Amino acid sequence: MKDQHLVTLTVNGREHELVLESRRTLADTLRQELGLTGTHLGCEHGICGACTVLLDGEPVRACLVFGVQADGREIRTVEGLADGDELNDLQQAFSRHHGLQCGFCTPGFLMLAEAYLAGGGSADPGEVREVVSANLCRCTGYQGIVEAVTEVAARRREQAAKAHD
Amino acid sequence: MKPAPFEYHRAYTPKEVTELLLELGEDAKILAGGQSLVPMMNFRLARPTALVDINPVSGLDYIRRDGDVLRVGALTRHRSVELSTEPDVHNGFSVLPGAARWIGHFPIRSRGTVGGSIAHADPTAEWCLLARLYDAEIVVLGEHGTRTVPSDEWFTGFLTTAALPGELVLETRFRRPRRHGTLLEYARRRGDFAIAAVAVAFDITDNRCHDVSMVLGGVANEPLRVPEAEAYLEGAEPGERAWAEAARLAAEAVTPGTGPDDGDHGYRRHLVGTLARRALAEAQAGPAGPRPRGGAS
Ligand SMILES: Cc1cc2nc3c(=O)[nH]c(=O)nc-3n(C[C@H](O)[C@H](O)[C@H](O)COP(=O)(O)OP(=O)(O)OC[C@H]3O[C@@H](n4cnc5c(N)ncnc54)[C@H](O)[C@@H]3O)c2cc1C
Ligand code: FES
Ligand code: FES
Repeated sequence: MKDQHLVTLTVNGREHELVLESRRTLADTLRQELGLTGTHLGCEHGICGACTVLLDGEPVRACLVFGVQADGREIRTVEGLADGDELNDLQQAFSRHHGLQCGFCTPGFLMLAEAYLAGGGSADPGEVREVVSANLCRCTGYQGIVEAVTEVAARRREQAAKAHD
Repeated sequence: MKPAPFEYHRAYTPKEVTELLLELGEDAKILAGGQSLVPMMNFRLARPTALVDINPVSGLDYIRRDGDVLRVGALTRHRSVELSTEPDVHNGFSVLPGAARWIGHFPIRSRGTVGGSIAHADPTAEWCLLARLYDAEIVVLGEHGTRTVPSDEWFTGFLTTAALPGELVLETRFRRPRRHGTLLEYARRRGDFAIAAVAVAFDITDNRCHDVSMVLGGVANEPLRVPEAEAYLEGAEPGERAWAEAARLAAEAVTPGTGPDDGDHGYRRHLVGTLARRALAEAQAGPAGPRPRGGAS
């Protein structure tokens, strides 16, 4: 008999009620139950980071969390970044700096970087490089990704400082 | 790959965890951060029939100083140790936040727990090395109440501990604070488990080393203390000469057949010698605060 649970997930601000088998990972829940296929699965064992999403603001490997564990919690995925057709600042910077080629890794990098930026992440390229070392990209060589995140970190800090004045 | 089916249970108190484990039988497992267990389940290397999720258990997420003891609750995330700056808490245990930076990556550290790492007992895991370095005691709760296991009895082999079926790790108690200490390691890629790691801790009084501990990771089935190097350094004058000799003794402790994979003990021995010398010198320079990683590369 399947072990099933009734759960409520808030994904990108929208609440969903779902019946989930306990072995369903959060990544598969998003992709298969909710059709949010922006969250990619590469390795399914925590190495590549393609599946990174925010769980209550913390970056997590969605392949290593079960959907039932997200019951009552807030999830942010790559689908929540753009405002309609308008890409957010980070997405635009990725595009401008050639931070993506095939794009398979991109949702994971974007969510990882969003978590870093939300925590007031510094615009020090060394620190950014250390953070993005969490995820794998087989195309870009990382340089464009580091440049994009560094640029947005600087800009968001500037904006935060202005808002503070 | 996807995990095999299992029953999912949530526990809200430590007692509930042990009761559920008892009721669900030996093939049930505790789920903490899931950063070691879930990959193994996805590979189907682990097929627990049931999981008891301890994330909802309250009161197990803390770092507390109690005299000479630093008490770390089982559900404390790696990241909380990494970011904690309380001097009160860390005086004498400054290695901990620095060592946390070596564990995987930001998302792994946001989720993985200290108790999970101690229970998983990987021979290169940073918390396991530090448990041995600081003669930690592991407090566990079982069917018949709590008991305290010294770390030299806790690690009993590759991924195995003295925990009995159904026992829950509640707390790790790091003891013997010392002013000087560091952990260094080498891995091929950032965030990977180390190929070899060295941790040291000591005090210096009147230009002599005292109360020295040295632990090696990745060279045996459990974290390995090096009594020869510790004895040699006791009372020795801190400096390059002493570090070189202690590093030689550390390297000698790496013998064929002790490693998790046998083939390359010569390479590990070389790494241990280099890391030990650097770790001792770095520790002498001062208490390690949070610092950028990469010291061994
Ligand atoms: C990409 C990647 C890189 C990593 N790199 C490193 C690294 O460099 N260094 C390192 O140390 N670790 C590393 N890890 C592992 C990580 O640190 C894990 O968090 C840790 O090993 C286990 O903690 P957990 O809370 O995730 O435990 P889980 O995965 O939930 O559980 C692990 C085991 O411990 C048991 N368990 C958990 N908590 C308890 C408890 N309180 N009482 C009794 N039993 C318990 C479980 O039943 C299970 O058998 C890495 C993981 C990944 C995915
Ligand atoms: S798919 Fe989750 S880390 Fe690779
Ligand atoms: S853009 Fe192709 S893997 Fe990163």
